Amino acid sequence: MSAPGRAGHSPEMVEYSGAMNLDETELTLGLPGGESRGKSGTKRGFPDTIDLSIGAKRRSLTGGGEAAKDPDIAVAERREDEVSGTISSKPPATKTQVVGWPPVRSFRKNVMTKSCKFVKVAVDGAPYLRKVDLEMYSSYQQLLAALEGMFSCFTIRKYLKERKLMDPANGGEYVPTYEDKDGDWMLVGDVPWKMFVESCKRLRLMKGSEAVGLAPRASASTCTSSSS
Amino acid sequence: MRALPELMDPKRARESPESAVLSRPSAFPDEVLERILSLLDTHKDRSSASLVSKAWYHAERWSRARVFIGNCYSVSAEILVRRFPNIRSVTLKGKPRFSDFNLVPQNWGADIHSWLLVFAEHYPSLEELRLKRMTVTDQSLEFLALKFPNFKSLSLLSCDGFSTDGLSAIATHCRNLTELDIQENGIDDISGNWLNCFPDNFTSLEVLNFASLNSEVNFDSLERLVTRCNLLRILKVNKTITLDQLQRLLVRAPWLTELGTGSFIQELTPRQYADLETSFKGCRNLQTLSGLSEATALYLPALYPACANLTFLNLSYAALQSEELARLLAYCAHLRRLWVLDTVEDKGLEAVGQNCPLLEELRVFPSDPFDEEIVHGVTELGFLAVSYGCRKLRYVLYFCRQMTNAAVATIVRNCPDFTHFRLCIMNPGQPDYLTREPMDEAFGAVVKNCPKLQRLAVSGLLTDLTFEYIGTFAKNLETLSVAFAGSSDLGMQCVLEGCPKLRKLEIRDCPFGNKALLSGLEKYESMRSLWMSACKITMNGCRLLARKMPRLNVEVMKDEESNDGQSYKVYVYRSVAGPRRDAPPFVLTL
Repeated sequence: MSAPGRAGHSPEMVEYSGAMNLDETELTLGLPGGESRGKSGTKRGFPDTIDLSIGAKRRSLTGGGEAAKDPDIAVAERREDEVSGTISSKPPATKTQVVGWPPVRSFRKNVMTKSCKFVKVAVDGAPYLRKVDLEMYSSYQQLLAALEGMFSCFTIRKYLKERKLMDPANGGEYVPTYEDKDGDWMLVGDVPWKMFVESCKRLRLMKGSEAVGLAPRASASTCTSSSS
Repeated sequence: MRALPELMDPKRARESPESAVLSRPSAFPDEVLERILSLLDTHKDRSSASLVSKAWYHAERWSRARVFIGNCYSVSAEILVRRFPNIRSVTLKGKPRFSDFNLVPQNWGADIHSWLLVFAEHYPSLEELRLKRMTVTDQSLEFLALKFPNFKSLSLLSCDGFSTDGLSAIATHCRNLTELDIQENGIDDISGNWLNCFPDNFTSLEVLNFASLNSEVNFDSLERLVTRCNLLRILKVNKTITLDQLQRLLVRAPWLTELGTGSFIQELTPRQYADLETSFKGCRNLQTLSGLSEATALYLPALYPACANLTFLNLSYAALQSEELARLLAYCAHLRRLWVLDTVEDKGLEAVGQNCPLLEELRVFPSDPFDEEIVHGVTELGFLAVSYGCRKLRYVLYFCRQMTNAAVATIVRNCPDFTHFRLCIMNPGQPDYLTREPMDEAFGAVVKNCPKLQRLAVSGLLTDLTFEYIGTFAKNLETLSVAFAGSSDLGMQCVLEGCPKLRKLEIRDCPFGNKALLSGLEKYESMRSLWMSACKITMNGCRLLARKMPRLNVEVMKDEESNDGQSYKVYVYRSVAGPRRDAPPFVLTL
């Protein structure tokens, strides 16, 4: 009786075919009748990045042209651009905040903030962000299994020991990383689970090659855990 | 029984109603006529009956017990009590709907108090008050509680101006209260003490809904209240009630027909979980289920036994993922109404299509409406999946970030019975994401395929063509909501000229100007109201409208959010009460 949508298409498939042609799937904000604005995939200059509300404090924003001395910061900055590079360049802040739009009652605005610990998950190369509720899991194992289910092209290989996700499609490794309360990017798995849930602001599955500059306990000043 | 000619031919009656009635002995004594007419339920039927003849008009007005006023400023309390002397139940709607989205400033009006003063004098036996988008103060609630000894039923939806202290007054003084329904109001939530104010000998409560209040209530008080009110059939608690507390309540009131749970997350021992499951099994009559905030996969299965007779499942405060929803829906085959968050994604909606063939209403709310980053929600695929499985769909509210003309065309081919089609593509002015074309053909398909359409909300990139389609095909349309759409005055004109049953038109951020506004002169008197904000209307246009149509109230507010300072918010409505006497300084009545 029922044939959902297009036969043979799962939502994940559509998502990834979208990844091949970012222009088509690009969502932009514009006035009525306006053309889609902005380009995707271009590295942003400094003035564009200061309007971003992506993470917490942006310590790495020392200037777009400046070669950052600290390799961690350089990597972090480049990473940030790659994550946000898949999003269309945003119109200035005043335009994005349209009063009373979308038409959702203020009561419904608080639905997500009141519930548990939702963090965004970005995957290098995917055009969509996802969200996971960290409160739903009680261990890194469960979390990584859930991520595997979500970005279903991955398989987990020895996730306990190596904590990496393999992508059979392109054979690359993905390393789960997260941004903590202080804005530092850390490897997932180094602190006790509860502490991780407490301090994790967002997750990013980074291409293995990118994670080279990111050591566990990247910044000594933020390291509070005594054991991993 | 001789049929009165004036009853057979209403026109004759209106020609000379008095002479017809006076010159002929009545076939029915007034009391009988009143008795017969008192069986009429709906407002429409009663309105029709009142137009037949003078005799019927009077019989109807004496026998009417319930009145519905869709715009509190369309009539005054004095006029109301003069026409209807025996009202027991009043339903009032106040502010324009866009006030829900902060487009109407504070202190705009729609205050219930002046009505209560008149009711105290003329309707001392008032039993029921149902208010939507009205301003209600604690003082008013106390007045209500003290002056109306028969008062039974209070429902406040999307109201503002009161606090939980007002609820204390209601609980303390309304000895015959059967219903206390507090929903989604902007209130001052001071404490949960109001619940303690129900006297120990108070047992009449049938409906209690405090789901949207945040402060903690005393659980012992609640349990005792539920225990002694054995007529209780609707109970919706707030998030501070835990799972094991809920379990104890269910044991006391297993015959509930509507349940709103509290927080659905807690560390339960296996014994507690088993008890919870057993309690839910005991709820054989459950038709409506809501709440479930913070519900997780862990405890949802406890619900399954209670879902067999569910017709309405409201998960719009439960951020479920697709798997959890799919598993739950397997137990909900009789579902007619479903509200969810877009956290369920397209996969969750596929499960809806597969499990709920009787579904008539679907609302998908955005979990992150103000997040500018791309977060997966639902797309056209989810909507399509539902349309293939749920052919009886007639009411949809769908928030999404992408849609295509082709998908909507298929959806309305699958489901031609739509009466309410509200599609919100959250990026203003966004085209079909595959073809990059405007979404005109989508809404064209809706109005062409759905002859019963009463309510339509459009979104996305739209030209005047959309409105031409609406004007041409949507002959039963009563309510239309438009935002960030249209190309010229022609769009609005098409709608005003083409939709004979149009009652409510609300427009924001569209390029419609004075020409469009003035093209609807006669139309507005047959409508309840028109709202326009951030359009191209000028003060002169509004003044002209007011001058030409003296029986309309034309109210203008300066648009604080506009960049050029020339933009206005206009609210036009018919009224027999004349211009507002309580307008604040920022509302200019022309």
